[in-house]
Amino acid sequence: MATHRSSRWSQRRLAPWLFLAPGALLFLLYVIIPIGQSVWISFYDWDGLGAATWIGLRNYADLLDDDSFYTSLRNNVWWLVLYLLAIPAGLAIALFLNQTVTGIRLYKSLFFFPFVISQVVVGLIFSWFYAPDFGLLPRILGFLTGTETAILADERYATFGIIAAGLWPQIAYCMILYLTGLNNINPEQVEAARMDNARGFAMLWHIVLPQLRPATFIALVVTVIGALRSFDLVSIMTAGGPYGSTRVLSYFMYEQSLSEYGTAMGYGAAIAVVLFAIMLVFISLFITRMLMQERNA
Amino acid sequence: MFPRPIQKSPPWLQLSYKALLPVALVIWLLPLIGIAVTSVRPSSDLAAGNYFGWPSRFAGVENYASVFQNSNIGWYILNSFKVTIPTVIGAVGLSCLTGFALAVYKFRLNLAVFFMFVAGNFVPFQILAIPVRELTLRLGLYDTITGLVLFHAAFQTGFCTLFMRNFIKALPFALIESARVEGVSEWKIFRHIVLPLMRPAIAALSVLIFTFVWNDYFWATIMAQSADVRPVTAGMNELKGQWKVAWELITAASIVAALPPVAMFFLMQKHFIAGLTLGATKG
Repeated sequence: MATHRSSRWSQRRLAPWLFLAPGALLFLLYVIIPIGQSVWISFYDWDGLGAATWIGLRNYADLLDDDSFYTSLRNNVWWLVLYLLAIPAGLAIALFLNQTVTGIRLYKSLFFFPFVISQVVVGLIFSWFYAPDFGLLPRILGFLTGTETAILADERYATFGIIAAGLWPQIAYCMILYLTGLNNINPEQVEAARMDNARGFAMLWHIVLPQLRPATFIALVVTVIGALRSFDLVSIMTAGGPYGSTRVLSYFMYEQSLSEYGTAMGYGAAIAVVLFAIMLVFISLFITRMLMQERNA
Repeated sequence: MFPRPIQKSPPWLQLSYKALLPVALVIWLLPLIGIAVTSVRPSSDLAAGNYFGWPSRFAGVENYASVFQNSNIGWYILNSFKVTIPTVIGAVGLSCLTGFALAVYKFRLNLAVFFMFVAGNFVPFQILAIPVRELTLRLGLYDTITGLVLFHAAFQTGFCTLFMRNFIKALPFALIESARVEGVSEWKIFRHIVLPLMRPAIAALSVLIFTFVWNDYFWATIMAQSADVRPVTAGMNELKGQWKVAWELITAASIVAALPPVAMFFLMQKHFIAGLTLGATKG
């Protein structure tokens, strides 16, 4: 009996590791270890084929002298700041659609639709939408202002044109998060506040938004990550142009190390490390918050 | 309910709300409607400058047929399925195990392992790209479906583990306790008690991962070169370069490429949204 019990006990100690092993090993191999390797590669001068030479921090020093790096960084900041608009915009659409009239379910699905389409297709759709001569937007702008602008060919507007394309699915994502959140708010609290004559914006701010906090948190996480991950749209819509003005760090890294002519592995890795470091700030914030919730649970 | 139900508003407001809905929808989907219409336009319309008017005739059949005849898109779509389906099975299967381990057992590294999965799931792809491509090359799997599947399955296991672990945590733990008292082995507890209850989570994750992986562009670009491996997202970029201004073809191809995840979404909408909004209500 005693041996039986101890075997049960050891089974229960061993079991989690056996269950974890396949997934965790694969995840280590393809995700966790490569992070360390990239950091390591960033200290080398390496063309991906020949021998690698240790150059310490030179790749990083070179980055600081590279105008493309500053352009990419500045664009990443624009992406981050403007992408955050997806959160209030998603909330606004969710509030607009949070009614029970006939067909509303279909409306909600169709509003969500842009999120399901791949960014490649979103990029193509907006390239068409912006295209000079026959695109819809230049036509509308031409009608309103008298001059047609080729948005993606103009250094001043190209990045913003791409961000707008990215906002389209991102707003849809935030909308669906808020619709789910609104579905679950406490109706009694809302009714009680209504009795106290709270309405409109005051109601939204003091009663509804606090209850939507979990939705807002997730919307913030996915929006920040989405903004910093932006790659597909830049690649499809402008390939970093015109004159490199729409580069972001992810695309800049791709150009340096992964594209047809990109052989600067160490330099690209250094760019990736910078992007990773920026993301790490946000990842740490998210994890800290999640950890606090775990402790409270 | 917030905002106040429209039924409590005066009739004119209800009426204008119902009128506003379709208008708002059309504006919201304007770019999409635009490409849908363009994809059924004869190319002569585009040449003649008829970009916005009603198509002079319906050329949908010939445009879509010519997309399939003049490009490898049929292959690319097949490749996307070949990458996506095994990835879904792999990532969801692995995360049933990892999620179970992290939700049911108390051990010292539990939270550390859990947050390894969570954090890894947020990293930028570029920090993984060079080593992952090297690894795939060394395994002899560069430019193969298997190479793509292995990476995607590994990466998606991060998100899936987060999801599964939280799902199993919300199940009644008494079920597991009483089975243990009965002397049921840990594997049988997983297989016969927990796994059957995970069906909704498995469904939700499957549609989500299907969409994520189908829509992947970055890895499709850097890990696949030949036409019999290249997924449709990377293929689209190639076709865009090839067809330049033949927008009736590019738009038709876009719609074809977008169709599988869209169909998936409309068929399994409830599961899709349940997966996406996990955590949007509590926590």
